[in-house]
Formats: sequence, C-alpha cells, structure tokens
Amino acid sequence: MKTEDRKEYLEGMKDGIPIGTGYFAVAFSLGIAARNAGLTPFQGFLASLSTNASAGEYAVFTLIAQNAPYIECAVMTLIANARYLLMSAALSQKLHPDVPVAKRILIGFDVTDELFGIGIARKGWLDPWYFYGAMTSSIPGWAIGTMLGVIMGNLLPARIVSALSVALYGMFLAIIIPPARENRIVGVLVAVSFLLSWLCSVLPAVSALSSGTRTIILTIGISTIAALLFPRKDEEAS
Amino acid sequence: MKHDPYIYILIMASVSFLIRVLPLTLIRKPITNRFLKSFLYYVPYATLAVMTFPAIIQATQSPLAGAAALVIGIILAWMNAGLFPVAVTCCMVVLILELFL
Repeated sequence: MKTEDRKEYLEGMKDGIPIGTGYFAVAFSLGIAARNAGLTPFQGFLASLSTNASAGEYAVFTLIAQNAPYIECAVMTLIANARYLLMSAALSQKLHPDVPVAKRILIGFDVTDELFGIGIARKGWLDPWYFYGAMTSSIPGWAIGTMLGVIMGNLLPARIVSALSVALYGMFLAIIIPPARENRIVGVLVAVSFLLSWLCSVLPAVSALSSGTRTIILTIGISTIAALLFPRKDEEAS
Repeated sequence: MKHDPYIYILIMASVSFLIRVLPLTLIRKPITNRFLKSFLYYVPYATLAVMTFPAIIQATQSPLAGAAALVIGIILAWMNAGLFPVAVTCCMVVLILELFL
C-alpha cells in the first residue's frame, strides 16, 4: 500500500465509525425482524455480512417469515435494492478509468446509502482505499448488530422490542423525507405511496396478497407512472 | 414445504452483489435512457414509503405509539436530522408512549 493510499484508508476508517455506530442500532431492529422470520443468530449475521442492505434484507426477512417462493425473494431483492444500481452507476463515474475490475468489485460489495454518500462527496477521483477504510469500520456494526438483535430480541421485554422495531422505519423516513422536501414530485410520490400502501392493506382482495408482493406491485406501478408523467431532466442531479 | 434459510440468504446476497457490481464494472458512461433513469430515480422513494406505512403502526404494541413515531420521525427527517437521530427518536417516542398507553 502506498503512503497516500494508507492515508486515504485511515481517513475512510475514521469517517466510517459514526456510520458503523448508526448501523449497529438499526441492525439491532433488523435482527428482531430476522428473529421473527425464524432465523438463527448466525444466519442473521451471515445475511447482514453478505448483503449490506437495510430495506432489502428487511423485505426478504418478511418473505422468509411467510415461507415465500425463492423467485419472490430474488425479485424482492432486485426491487428493494434497485437504487443501488443507480448509485453504483453514479459511483463508477467517480473512479479513475484505470481502477482495475477487482477493486471495483470490492467497492460494489458494499455500496450502501451511507457509504455512497461519503464516497460521492470526495473531491476529485475516489481512491478505492478510502472506501475500503469506511467498509472496515462500518460492516462489523451492521453484521454484529443484526446478530445481537436476533439473540437479545428474545431476552428483552416486549416494550423494548416494540420500541426498537420502529428504528428501521425511522431510518427509512430519514432517507425519503429530505428529498421529498426538496422536490415536490418526490414529496407527492411519497404521500401517494403511503396512501396506496394503506389502501392495499385494507381492501378485501388485495390485502390477501403477501406484503412483499404488494410492495413489488406498488413500487413498479408508482415508479412507472411517476417516470412517465414526470421524466427527469438530464441536468437534474439524482 | 419449508424453504431453506441459507438459500434465501444466498439469493439475497447474490442479487444484491450483482446489482452493485455490474454498473461499477460494466457502465463507464452515464445512463442516457430518460425513462429508465427516471424510473430508477423514483424507485427508492416508492419502495421505502410503501414499506414504512402502514407497517410502522403495526410493528408497535399500541398503534397510537407507532403513529406518533411516524409523525415525529417525519418532522425530524424534514429538519434533516440524519439517519441515526431520527431512528433513535422514533424508538424513544414508542418507549415513552407505551408506558402510558
């Protein structure tokens, strides 16, 4: 490792620490969802270590709880994590063309909302070592937090579990509400999504579908209509 | 038939990995298809919103506590409080309200 790379790596580690701490708390509530799906602590640990996605993992855990078909699991992962496709595409523009494929693959393993955020915020080209540093200090918080959520979810009083189970939804709100404030179309889209999601959970025929299936159908439907009615202009940053 | 948790995890990890790695390794130019770009832009907001509501009021022992966490979470997120503070405050709201409800 060159001196410059080591400096970048350490800086990434430093920036990854608050992210890892936040992950720990949220992953704990994800672990409770994993426990509800019948996963063991090791399975929860493995799921978070290998996937690194809050919404995607949560959606799949609800599918596991319902013993859904494998294909539904694959489609749900694709839908819930579709945003990473865009983020990775954006991040590819931050990498020097000479960055080899192996280094790109390692970055791709952990493109999350938060690491994407700090990676894209770097001035000039993104040094892969900076990203690896942030991965080093944030991945353990995510995986261990999930594992402890599975273990401790059993021991904690129902009131505490009830409180922790909203952490994930709080994090989702923190991701979707600020852009909804900045962009009126996103704001309306979020409100419409809330409304339709609620309607689908109470309407007789539709509520019989699994919540995972309803999420897939609503996401594709709402996003398609929004993209047709309000296509994004090229100069708009995403 | 009960499905194998390890196969679920393998599918989830593989799909997530491919979603992230393919653009980084294959796409060297920006996406230009306007519909696809717009669709992908809207997807996260729609999917996260659908997953949050009404699930948040069903996750808590008292639906009222979940509803309060939703409202306060939205207000804090609106003020750009950040991931961690919003998540922790939502938990605290439920914890405190459920002492009384």
